[in-house]
Formats: sequence, C-alpha cells, structure tokens
Amino acid sequence: MDISIFEVLGPVMIGPSSSHTAGAARLARICAMITGKPFHKVSFGLHGSFAHTYKGHGTDRALLAGVLGIREDDERLPDAFLIARERQLEYSFYETELENVHENSVLITFECVDGTVCRITGSSIGGGQIVICRINEFETQFQAQSATLLISHYDHRGVISQISSILSDAGVNIAVMKLTRRSKGDVAFCMIETDDDICPEIVEKIQAVRDVLTVRAVDAAQ
Amino acid sequence: MYSYNTVLELCKLADEHHTGIWEIVLNNETEYFGKTRESIFSELRGRLAVMERAAYKALERPYDTVGNLIKGSASIQERYTRENGGICGSFINHAMALALSSCEINAAMGKVCAAPTAGSCGILPAVLLSVRDRYALKEAAVLEGMLTASGIGAVVMKNATVAGAEGGCQAECGVAAAMAAAAAVHMCHGTSQMCANACSFALMNVMGLVCDPVAGLVQLPCAMRNASQTVNALISADMALSGAPCLIPADEVIDAMYRVGKVLPQTLKETAEGGIAATPAGKRLSSKIFGGA
Repeated sequence: MDISIFEVLGPVMIGPSSSHTAGAARLARICAMITGKPFHKVSFGLHGSFAHTYKGHGTDRALLAGVLGIREDDERLPDAFLIARERQLEYSFYETELENVHENSVLITFECVDGTVCRITGSSIGGGQIVICRINEFETQFQAQSATLLISHYDHRGVISQISSILSDAGVNIAVMKLTRRSKGDVAFCMIETDDDICPEIVEKIQAVRDVLTVRAVDAAQ
Repeated sequence: MYSYNTVLELCKLADEHHTGIWEIVLNNETEYFGKTRESIFSELRGRLAVMERAAYKALERPYDTVGNLIKGSASIQERYTRENGGICGSFINHAMALALSSCEINAAMGKVCAAPTAGSCGILPAVLLSVRDRYALKEAAVLEGMLTASGIGAVVMKNATVAGAEGGCQAECGVAAAMAAAAAVHMCHGTSQMCANACSFALMNVMGLVCDPVAGLVQLPCAMRNASQTVNALISADMALSGAPCLIPADEVIDAMYRVGKVLPQTLKETAEGGIAATPAGKRLSSKIFGGA
C-alpha cells in the first residue's frame, strides 16, 4: 500500500476545508518562500471556486496567514487579518480569471521591500495538496513535496553542469530537473527536486556561480 | 512483506501472521515509508490529541461559524444527553455530541484532523473516544483502532474515492463510518473478518448518500451526517460482533459505493445545487449569507 496512514488520518489542519483553507494556507506559504525576501504589500487574485466561495471557507484568511508564514495547522490562522496589520503588511483581494488553471487557483503578487515584484500563480488541488503553476514569466509544475531548488540564471553554456557538480559534491541526489527559458541566451529557469536536504551552504555556492541570478531553496517539510 | 491493496488482503495477511489488521497496516507503514514503530505511534498520539480536543471543545460552549448554521449544535446535544439521556440512551447521544463538536470546531476555523476528510472529521474520533470510555480501554487499544481504520481508509482511497465531489457523502461520511466501524470491532476484540464485515455493513447502510451542503459550507447537513454516521459505525460494529455473516465482501461493497458515486448527478456532489442545498429554506440561508438571488 503506497498510501500512508497519515494521508488517511490527516492532514491536521485548521478547518473548514482541506482545499479552500488548509491547501490555500500551504500554497501561500510556499509562494512566500519562493519570493524569498521581505515584502510590504501583497495582493491575491482569486480564480474560479476560490473567487466564488472564499468567504465561506476562510480562504482569504488562510492565504494571508500563509504569506505571513503561519502554517495550515496553526490556530493563529483565523487571526491573519489582525497579525498582518500588526506586522504592517498591506493586503488586498480581488476576483480574476486566470488561464488554463485548476478551479481553486490564486495569483499572488508580492511587492518586495527592495522595490521588486514577484508574481506567483498556484492551485490547491485537494486534500491539502498544491501545485505552483507559474513563477513570474516561467511555467512550472511544482508540487512542493520534496526539497527543491528554484534557480534563475542566464542561458549560457556550462551553468547547469556547474550547478549539478555543486550538488553531487555535496552528496545531494537530483530526483527531477526541469529547465525552461524565455529564448536562447536569455534568462532561464531551473527547478531541481532533490532526494536529500539542501543546506544553506549549497545555496550560497550556487548563488556564487557566474550567470546565476537568484537561488531559492524550498523545504516542503518546513 | 506486508503489502496490501484490498480488505481481503489485509485480512489474509493478518491471519497468516496471527495478528490483527492494525499490525499489518503498521508494518506496511514501516516497510514502505521507512519509519520506525515508535515514530508512527508518536505521530498517531499527536493526531489523537488533536481529535480529542476538537471532539470535546464545542461541548462546553457554542462556536461562531460562517452563517452560524450549526453554532451550538454540540453543546445542545450534550446538555440533552446529560439532562435526559434520550431515547437511545446517553452512550449514543454523547457519541453524537462528540461528532457534532468536531464539525462545529472545523466550521469555526479551529484545529481538526481530517479522517479521511475535514467534512467527515467527527465520526472516527466520536467512535474511538466513546468506545474507549465505555470499556475503559488503554491508549494502546485506541491507537490500534486508528491503525485498523487507516487500513480500511487507505484501501478506499486506493480503489475508490473519499472525495464528496467525486463520490457524494457516502464517500466521505460513509467511508469514515466504515473505518470507524472496523476500529470499534477491533477495540472490542473482534476478528479481522468481523472488522471487514463491519466495514461492509456500514457502507451498505449509507449507499447512495448525496453531498448537498447548504451554501456550499461544510456545516448543514454535514454535521448531522457526522452524528448519524457515528451511530451507523457503532451499530455496524455491533452487527459484525454478533457473528452474523456478511454475504457481500467489503471490497465489493467499496467498489459498489464507487460506482454509485460515479453515476450520481453532479448536482448531488458537493456543488450545493441539489438535495438539502436546493430546498427553499436552504437557498434562503445561502442568499442571506452570500447575498444575491
């Protein structure tokens, strides 16, 4: 049996809905991790069922709690509006139509303290499971189920081989690796799922590689 | 090897190893996921604690929920149980109150453990706790009950569905009742076959139940269904423990439930467009909460 008993008796979560509350909180938390730097303003574009039913399931509070780093089983989740005000985080919600996405989807726009903007689209696909569909201009199919590196870099020869040597030197096995690029020689986006944990030193080493722009490590278990 | 994909395989393995379903499920979890028995039991204890808090919390006072469709349902039921005892006696009435409490806490954005879903989170805890208290069982028996229930739940997730949107309420609350019935049988020293029979009886009793939440909220009739499926689990366990034969094997009943779920119209599968949700009173409640016609 490949289904864990903790998938049957779980998740432990703040109600009422595993997709519209718990999944939404987890989705937003992973999005904030991907953004990876302080932000002062965040907006949530709600699509499909998220747009129609968010008030009944507390999806708004769950999303806001998620970007604040509050976990889906943390009883502070319902107080997200209050906590956001305390931390002086501006927030807004609007209804929108996104293309080619699951019924329960959201576009989160982070306005960072350093003036940059990060736009991430993701879906809550049921039972608390999520998928990140788009990070800025790059399409992804990222489920945040294992440790993952998200790297943007210039599409130059040798960059990927340097990244994979850093990982193999550190004893980290690559499980899945996906590459996309805007156009030849332009900015590319690399997603690497690994079997082993990714320590901060690995992130630093990859960040130091010439032509690497940003590196984010997302630990799904966090 | 403790690998299983059906209730039949679970029972066979249990008999071959001279143990209960619970230990086969436990051994599969250690083998397949590389965990230790200690870590599994510790995680189960944590989940039981979450279940227990939610099952008792709303007995004390009412909790606000969106639209307040079930606010106070648990405390009203508990007071009735204490003051009156009810037609069915305090055991059944208290078990229902426990189930209602978990649902009220879930709807009030409190902490629950989905079992197997958030919408059906009241049933397994209500059965585990009321059987534990009735027979003054130790924690170990409750944890074995949880493992037994998980094994049944995993089989249904593998071969059918536990999503209301796919299978209706029979797949959520019905499966929770089937899991809980098997757990109760094990906690009362029934055989593996009796656990399987209890699972069959519970699902037969709920075959075809639709998912029709008023205003799309996980409250009404979800909370009542959690209470009634708790009772279904308990009587199904009793039917199995009586030694009565079950002529339809659990795996075939699970398959029947899945097929029935597939042919249920979409309006009766969590869309809030049919059943109780589509009654005039249900629609009035919906427009009162969300506005619109």
